[in-house]
Amino acid sequence: MTSLPDPPPGAKKLGLVIDLDTCVGCHACAVNCKEWNTSGHLAPLPDFNPYAAGAEGVWFNRVHAYEAGEGEAGRTVHFPRSCLHCEQPACVTVCPTGASYKRAEDGIVLVNPETCIGCGLCAWACPYGARELDEDAGVMKKCTLCIDRIYNETLPEAERQPACVLTCPARARHFGDLGDPESAVSRLVRERGGYDLMPEMGYRPVNKYLPPRRRAAAGAPPQEAAPRAEEIANPLLRWVDRVLSR
Amino acid sequence: MDGSRWAERRTAGGEERIAYSRPVGDEVKHTTCYMCACRCGIRVHLKDGRIRYIEGNPDHPVNRGVLCGKGSAGIMNHYAPARLRAPLRRVGERGSGEFAEISWDEAMEIATAWLRRVRETDPRRLAFFTGRDQSQSLTGFWAAQFGTPNFAAHGGFCSVNMAAGGMYTVGGSFWEFGEPDWERTKYLMMFGVAEDHDSNPIKLGLAGLKARGAKFVSVNPVRTGYSAVADEWIGIRPGTDGLFVMALIHELLRTDRVDAEFLVRYTNAPWLVVRNPGGPDDGLFARDAAGRPLAWDRARGALDAATPGMQPALVGEFTLPDGRRAQPVFHLMAARYLGPDYAPEAVAERCGVSAERIRRIAAELAAVAFDQAIVLDQPWTDTLGRRHATMLGRPVAFHAMRGISAHSNGFHTCRALHLLQMLLGAVDTPGSWRYKSPFPRPIPPGPGPAGRSVAPNTPIAGNLLAFPHGPDDLLVDGAGNPLRVDKAFSWEAPLGLHGLMHTVIGNAGAGDPYPIDTLFLFMANMAWNSAMNPGEITRLLTARRPDGEYVIPHVIYADAYFSETVPFADLILPDTTYLERWDCISLLDRPIGSAHGAGDAIRQPVVKPDRDVRPFQDVLIELGARLGLPAFVKEDGSPRFRDYPDYIVNHERAPGIGPLAGWRGRDGSAKGVGEPNPDQLRRYIENGCFWRDHLPPEQLYYKHANRAYLDGAKAMGLIGKAEQIVLQIWSEPLQRFRLAAEGHGARQPPERLRERVRTYCDPLPIWYPPLEHAGQDLAQFPLSAVTQRPMAMYHSWGSMNAWLRQIHGANRLYMHRAAAERMGLAQDDWVWVTSRAGRVRCQVTLMEGVNPDTVWTWNAIGKRAGAWRLAEDAPESARGFLLNHAISEWLPAQEGPRLANADPVTGQAAWYDLRVRVEKCAPGEAGETAPRPPPLRAPAHLPPPPDLLRYNAGP
Repeated sequence: MTSLPDPPPGAKKLGLVIDLDTCVGCHACAVNCKEWNTSGHLAPLPDFNPYAAGAEGVWFNRVHAYEAGEGEAGRTVHFPRSCLHCEQPACVTVCPTGASYKRAEDGIVLVNPETCIGCGLCAWACPYGARELDEDAGVMKKCTLCIDRIYNETLPEAERQPACVLTCPARARHFGDLGDPESAVSRLVRERGGYDLMPEMGYRPVNKYLPPRRRAAAGAPPQEAAPRAEEIANPLLRWVDRVLSR
Repeated sequence: MDGSRWAERRTAGGEERIAYSRPVGDEVKHTTCYMCACRCGIRVHLKDGRIRYIEGNPDHPVNRGVLCGKGSAGIMNHYAPARLRAPLRRVGERGSGEFAEISWDEAMEIATAWLRRVRETDPRRLAFFTGRDQSQSLTGFWAAQFGTPNFAAHGGFCSVNMAAGGMYTVGGSFWEFGEPDWERTKYLMMFGVAEDHDSNPIKLGLAGLKARGAKFVSVNPVRTGYSAVADEWIGIRPGTDGLFVMALIHELLRTDRVDAEFLVRYTNAPWLVVRNPGGPDDGLFARDAAGRPLAWDRARGALDAATPGMQPALVGEFTLPDGRRAQPVFHLMAARYLGPDYAPEAVAERCGVSAERIRRIAAELAAVAFDQAIVLDQPWTDTLGRRHATMLGRPVAFHAMRGISAHSNGFHTCRALHLLQMLLGAVDTPGSWRYKSPFPRPIPPGPGPAGRSVAPNTPIAGNLLAFPHGPDDLLVDGAGNPLRVDKAFSWEAPLGLHGLMHTVIGNAGAGDPYPIDTLFLFMANMAWNSAMNPGEITRLLTARRPDGEYVIPHVIYADAYFSETVPFADLILPDTTYLERWDCISLLDRPIGSAHGAGDAIRQPVVKPDRDVRPFQDVLIELGARLGLPAFVKEDGSPRFRDYPDYIVNHERAPGIGPLAGWRGRDGSAKGVGEPNPDQLRRYIENGCFWRDHLPPEQLYYKHANRAYLDGAKAMGLIGKAEQIVLQIWSEPLQRFRLAAEGHGARQPPERLRERVRTYCDPLPIWYPPLEHAGQDLAQFPLSAVTQRPMAMYHSWGSMNAWLRQIHGANRLYMHRAAAERMGLAQDDWVWVTSRAGRVRCQVTLMEGVNPDTVWTWNAIGKRAGAWRLAEDAPESARGFLLNHAISEWLPAQEGPRLANADPVTGQAAWYDLRVRVEKCAPGEAGETAPRPPPLRAPAHLPPPPDLLRYNAGP
């Protein structure tokens, strides 16, 4: 068992806010994550049978598509899924070696590949399916929140963000400190009714999802002036006397 | 590594040492993405010569830093095991995949010998067709220099209906040459847009639009991708969009919610049309002695329609000074669409959209356009010299693409959409659809197509793909027969602006209109997904004449990868990947301009090839020199250009106008027009590999009538004259074709095509059922079948990509749940999809968000076994399928010569017209797709693909 840190009051809770209103399911976040991280902190992210049947690789971020509701009233939902960096991460407490850990200073959940034995208990414990086993190395891997980008002093300030956030063409991903109620991401969560995934499980995810905005209402049924009798006979007549200037 | 960048942090649970500040790579180079056709700017980070990371360039106008899933997977395209490695000469039968590796010298000698003989005898016997390449200004010029009219790229099966419909109506078009005013529009209506196209700009635009609370309506039979985030999804029946749009037009006219001021000032609505049924001038514009169109002034009678301050009549019938009768365009247009045929009730059932909903959408469009108009405090001057204090905006925008385009009624549907925009006053105004530079252009732009006269060893002067104004511009012989092998610009496809690539091999195989000697293809996968009917195409590529020679004796193919087409060629010229070469995203082709101004871009090599491959453009330029094509050799016969970058900088199409518009002139200070600048490419590289011009605010809207804009566009060489571009509701070029069909003029269609030309060259938009529906028993084929393109795969460009194929490895047939259940089908059933032309076996997935009478699948996921260096058990070939096997490139059997399954005006491949039935297959048949042609054999020199990939360019 691995214990959780006692975060100091006001400690950062870094995480993502994902907007389901504009996510079009393009997989940009998933692929850009893969390309950053396959040469990043938990490199590589291997691909098994890459050019044959049964191709299956390690991805820290996957996008699912499903439908909700029936017929035209229903909705097609695109749902990006990655580690939620829970405040009560069962994947950490279940870890027999301490390899899986939650950082006190920013709340990021990481795996130390040096001490991970690849037992898979954390993947079993995580209800969100956010753990990815590198079967070749025998090590569990997962979203690091791009820890090698967000503190990277060789990057311009504006680019010290996770790859998935910077690349998202629908601007549906936001990164920030959800422990600071005045941060941009916290404000966004408040304004848009951001919610926890499966809150009943009690893991208190840091990442939030923004629900689809209320759809623009259909306009009122058209109100028409009653057509004049001559218009009914010949609707073109209404333009006969129209004075228009070139 | 600098020790200070290694922060050591110990945490409660871990003892991990984390390298927080490792530099991304040791070098970063800018270039332009080519994982699809969108031309986003990218930064490629290199580490020890390997590609570490590809990201969007934040400064680039197209993608502003973002990058889609395809672009982010560029590493895996670049290192794919399917890359060809050296030139190849076929040694076995065509299709056998038996090749000998040869040197570039030998390859160039073979190609030169074949091509020289063709050029010395009959240059038309070369058909040179390219795929989704971005060097058409070079390839088209090369073909003309060679002297063959038989050149085109992929537009004939992609978007020519959109291009032609737009350019003959508003002088621009959706997709390439227009865009919604993303920042200001309050209502966006999108018709049939593939999810991979204009990928990042649309996603960026939609995100901003939704954040502002604007309404987004998507008209598409399928609710995926963009439609998934629409405020309203209209699951229309395929091929009926035109009818739906005309009903909207009907409603706007019926309720008098049209912008008559806009119509009078900016369109030909007031122009007078001669009414002389049976006469040679019927339907042409009444013109004055100088040829200027006339309108009817309420006080002064017939006047030059451009007379400032005149008060033109919109309805009525008038007698011209010469005694002829004439009516304004508006009158003829309104009379048509006010008719009962276009009432919402009359179209609702065919469209699958209720009459009430059609009326509501029309009212919403009008309410936003007229009751929520935008007024910008931005003075501007129109072409009549009048100063306007403000810019009035109608903030309804439209965007449309293949769902309109790939139907045989797509040209007219596209014109109808542009008419709808005009009625709303929503063309290039604040909040509406806007022109992207270098558009608008005159309607139609420039002279007709070149290629009427062809002679040995003689270049063709002019553009092979240009804009007919009437019958005189067609490429037909005295008997009305086509001069091009694809029959573009003939009576079968008078506005075949992009050529008809889908007919080339079929026509050449049938010797109709004539056989060819050499088929030269560049990155066009004609033996598989780029063919409407791959089985027929591969049959023709392997067919022999009675004398034993192949029906098409020589096939030269250039591509970077082992595609399905490679085994069917005789000579393979292996191309580089997009990260290994120069490219030019040119104003002479399809640049990266926007509504904000002109722009173009380059690719630069960011890594060196590790194989014996050459950039195709270099090869083409060298072939030009070897053949002695005048523009490619100096006076002494030596090569004029060293390579493609040399051509990009120094080629001049007209004095001062070359492939790139930025940093021209000796010192780089000129834009658009200027002497070649030897330093030009360096300037592009310093600027992130793109150039962008910024229009001043007074030129940003009303470009078709904005004097400052038009003057500037002329100065930059974008247009020939700085005159108002009057939007064309009534299309006189179409009427000229119709008059010819009615028996007027020297050039008339052959008898068998007379009625067809008369019907479809209607000067006003019309709707008709897709052509192939007329020739078959629709009760046998009750469902429409279409393809969509996923956001994470571009055509056939991603199956060799280890990452993208994990996202889309095998496609399903998607069906409406209730409709499928009524047919006794369940989730995961294997079915036969049968059309009049063939059948395909595949597996179904049931869904809600699809028109009940429509089935669909993802395009080009299915692969032929063995191709793209995939194992023979790969799901792409075992379970993935091509709907193309059920499509015919010809219309149903008819009297006389066969006609292409295409739009009768433009020749656009009508592959969305497909009708099918779906039946559960026998239990023993389930589990594998059909047809499943035998596996292709990879060239022997390709290394075996790995079983495990651990890509890591890090330390």
